[in-house]
Amino acid sequence: MLAACRDFFAVRDVLEVETPILSRAGATDPNIQSLRLADDSGPARFLNTSPEFAMKRLIAAGAGDIFQIARAFREGERGRLHNPEFSLLEWYRGGFAIVDLMKEVAALLGVLLKRPEVAEQAVFLSYGALFEEHLNLNPHAADVKALLRCLDDSQVAIPQGENDKDVLLDLIMSSVLLPALDAERLCFIYDYPISQAALAKAHPQNPRLARRFEAIMGGMELANGFEELDDPLEQRARFESDRRRRAETGAPQMPIDEFLLAALAQGLGECSGVAVGLDRVLMLAINASHIDEVLSFPVTRC
Amino acid sequence: MASYSTNEFRSGLKILLDGDPCAIVENEFVKPGKGQAFNRVKIRNLKTGRVVDKTFRSGESVEAADVHDTELQYLYSDGEFWHFMDPQTFTQYQADAAAAGAAAQWLKGEELCLITLWNEVPLIVEAPKFVELTISQTDPGVRGDTAQGGVKPATLETGAVVKVPLFVEEGEVIKVDTRSGDYVSRARD
Repeated sequence: MLAACRDFFAVRDVLEVETPILSRAGATDPNIQSLRLADDSGPARFLNTSPEFAMKRLIAAGAGDIFQIARAFREGERGRLHNPEFSLLEWYRGGFAIVDLMKEVAALLGVLLKRPEVAEQAVFLSYGALFEEHLNLNPHAADVKALLRCLDDSQVAIPQGENDKDVLLDLIMSSVLLPALDAERLCFIYDYPISQAALAKAHPQNPRLARRFEAIMGGMELANGFEELDDPLEQRARFESDRRRRAETGAPQMPIDEFLLAALAQGLGECSGVAVGLDRVLMLAINASHIDEVLSFPVTRC
Repeated sequence: MASYSTNEFRSGLKILLDGDPCAIVENEFVKPGKGQAFNRVKIRNLKTGRVVDKTFRSGESVEAADVHDTELQYLYSDGEFWHFMDPQTFTQYQADAAAAGAAAQWLKGEELCLITLWNEVPLIVEAPKFVELTISQTDPGVRGDTAQGGVKPATLETGAVVKVPLFVEEGEVIKVDTRSGDYVSRARD
């Protein structure tokens, strides 16, 4: 599979790169926890939760289209589809809009799964349309009460006292909608709420939406992509809002990656990027039901 | 009070939920890549036996329940409580009717039972899997009916009623499976 990835990008003139796994900055995203190196001698160091920031710095420095097969680390993520150490295939394309990148992801998955029809039959649905179609609910307009009722109707237990809209949307997504999608079909969900934009640009016509997409198949998220936010001021504002959110939930604060902000100030250019969870693609390819089946040694055995 | 983070969740873990001791039956970690992580769990309430679904935000903590299993010897019942003793320390424990539950009907004295203690008070009493008890009353079987494998009710010395084959008679000692309440065989002398 790794060789197939490299062939795929070689013919497309996308350059393979390697970036450091250790960094002085951690992930500020409130839902992603960095693993920290326990070393008192110098400044704190964190293991990458994704190679995204380093790759964007390369692009700002003029690297052009690049890809990387990288190990990423996320504290506390362990389950049927999660191992704290996992493999990401991440790439960036200058001048691509998310629709172009979604098509490229589909083509890649068709190759990796050795099922060309996966690419041809891929479904494209906006986040809003997905909710409308399956639940008859407008996720952007719905209030907390409507979301609670929707979960209740779907017989999903709700965390006690939960009243955060994005948390409830996440719960509906992972517990109601993902299992409801045709497992045999590749499905792209795009135009997420701006509150879940992470590092995506806002939609040019509708500022409540973000140009972010996910690829879903077999009830699993296989990929997450953005039309990349390239405005250093907006990026700093999002980092700061992440930090406020972390302060509210009591999550550890992470140093902001000033190198990334400097690179954005230098100029990233119009580009889109995506990360594919290679372990999960391999799960699909061999029809595995647990991530441990595709890892040499899962975290419990190393 | 000790507590567990959702990271420590695994089946069998004992936690306190709304003041009741519960055991985790199943634990599933779900997380949208960029979203909130959840632990969706099935939990058995140890008091009622009922299994419910619960969802926790990952990283939350829940109180641990001081629940453990131990083998105790049954002593006697005073009608309200069933009394047990730890054969090593001679500490005595009393189980109420809710805890003794269905196990009570199989107990006559001195047998070792698996007891689930919550804060050192019996919560669940499990009778030995097989018990041997004397039949105190049963109607005589009618000769000839045995071919059909027919059964009849028999009252045991503890008061429990089980279905026994027609050939089994009053005063005999029989072996019973307490999990199903089924007759197994005559007890060997």
